[in-house]
Amino acid sequence: MKSKARLMQGNEACVEGAIAAGMRFYAGYPITPSTEIAELSAERLPLVGGRFMQMEDEIGGMAAIIGASLTGAKSMTATSGPGFSLKQENIGYASIAEVPCVIVNVQRGGPSTGMPTSPAQGEIMQARWGTHGDHPVIALTPSSVRETFDLTIKAFNFAEKYRTPVILLMDEVIGHMREKVQLPDPSEIEIIDRKRPDCSSEEYLPYEADNDLVPPMADFGTGYRYHVTGLVHDETGFPSNSTAVADKLIRRLSNKIEIHRDEIESWEEENTEDAEVLILSYGCVARSSKSAMNILRERGIKAGTFRPITIWPFPEKRLRELAAKVKTIVVPEMNLGQLVLEVERICGCNAKIEKLNKVSCEIIYPEEIVSKIEEVL
Amino acid sequence: MERYEIRLSGSGGQGLLLGGIILAEGAINDGRNSVQTQSYGPEARGGASKSEVIISSEEIDFPKVRNCDILLSLTQKAYDEYNEGLKEDGILIVDSSVNAVKSGNIKIYSIPIIDSAVKDLGKPMVTNIVALGVLVEITKVISKESLEKAVLERVPKGTEELNRKALAKGYEIANKLM
Repeated sequence: MKSKARLMQGNEACVEGAIAAGMRFYAGYPITPSTEIAELSAERLPLVGGRFMQMEDEIGGMAAIIGASLTGAKSMTATSGPGFSLKQENIGYASIAEVPCVIVNVQRGGPSTGMPTSPAQGEIMQARWGTHGDHPVIALTPSSVRETFDLTIKAFNFAEKYRTPVILLMDEVIGHMREKVQLPDPSEIEIIDRKRPDCSSEEYLPYEADNDLVPPMADFGTGYRYHVTGLVHDETGFPSNSTAVADKLIRRLSNKIEIHRDEIESWEEENTEDAEVLILSYGCVARSSKSAMNILRERGIKAGTFRPITIWPFPEKRLRELAAKVKTIVVPEMNLGQLVLEVERICGCNAKIEKLNKVSCEIIYPEEIVSKIEEVL
Repeated sequence: MERYEIRLSGSGGQGLLLGGIILAEGAINDGRNSVQTQSYGPEARGGASKSEVIISSEEIDFPKVRNCDILLSLTQKAYDEYNEGLKEDGILIVDSSVNAVKSGNIKIYSIPIIDSAVKDLGKPMVTNIVALGVLVEITKVISKESLEKAVLERVPKGTEELNRKALAKGYEIANKLM
């Protein structure tokens, strides 16, 4: 049975989604505008047999969830810009050591401490390339409270399935906004748990991947002893200086996401059948785009919307198809032009691409998108 | 399409964020959609803060107030900062301490909301609930039953009677001016 419709905050929906997905450990250092996620995790986790730990800083928070995840607990941390920067090194560690975990970034104005209580979308590229070295990334970006619930579950599922850190990229508007939601019945929710070894501890090779390029993962404390390191390592988990081992590992890490793109990528589109102008946006701005599209349609302009839900990996194939059909793509972003770089790369010369950027730390208004489109058409 | 855009503004600590949440929950009790957003500075008390609520029978895309139907301002600072965007024929409700400028066909109601909470009820912390009573009595934006239900579900246990009184006070002082 669906729950009763109620008013819920985005940050609250994130915690509800995490608990529903099986989160049993949270560590972090509270920071506006993500603080409610820590507060509610502290309140909810002990009630479901989980643990909440406030760490000395964001680096410690990230380290703690990696440790907890190695013992088998589904783990999450939440932060905002300054904390997201601090977590980057350990995100890389989770990536190479293949430790499932979820990192929530409720974006606020940056750089540095910036505008703590105001929204921005400045970490699109940091989500992709924030930690050094070639590494796989999955980043999901919700644009409603209900979707925050759904994508938090999806983030855990992807983390578990592909043994990789997954980033939930929210923004202050979605994190703090309250709206009417109805949560699904728990029986309707798909929950994925990591693969565990079916061999004995003596035979276990911790980094020997199956055909899906993901190695089964044993819980620490169950007798499967193995070595975990941020150094390049072979199937045994021990460091290696071999160029062949390095090449194989880095390619596998990247390919385990690449070969599953069809399962991972998601997007939402509206009125694209006859659209001449496509508004491409994500997070809170996608709501402005939808209003803008409705205003434009009333004025006889054939506008459609495209909203990547996974911004990494970007739903590249579908956008390429659309770029061949539409004349103009407008990309409104609350930054000086980040995801538009990816859009330009994907679309090439197939469509005219127009940027609309706002860094005053307030949401882009529908009228601003409408004006931009009327100006460029 | 029936859609109301409401902005509650005042000083941090006056409870208007909760006021917005209660109003949005009241709208859900009425069977409609609502979205509540907020804006505040880094300070925990003082400063100017606003809580915005959109109520509609349809889906709400853009979540912020643009064409404000109803503006409540409890302090001069909040009024000065947030009165932009009030519709030509909008409703402005201010505390008696606020000097509001008349313009267009805006209907202004100047009501002793803070005084009623502090002097009549002796509890400054129910200022927000008195304000909600005033707002709903004047605008009928949600039903009184839904408002009362939402208030009682949100306030701390043991304060139900006080909050009922605060609502009644709000209705009463609004009625005096209508």
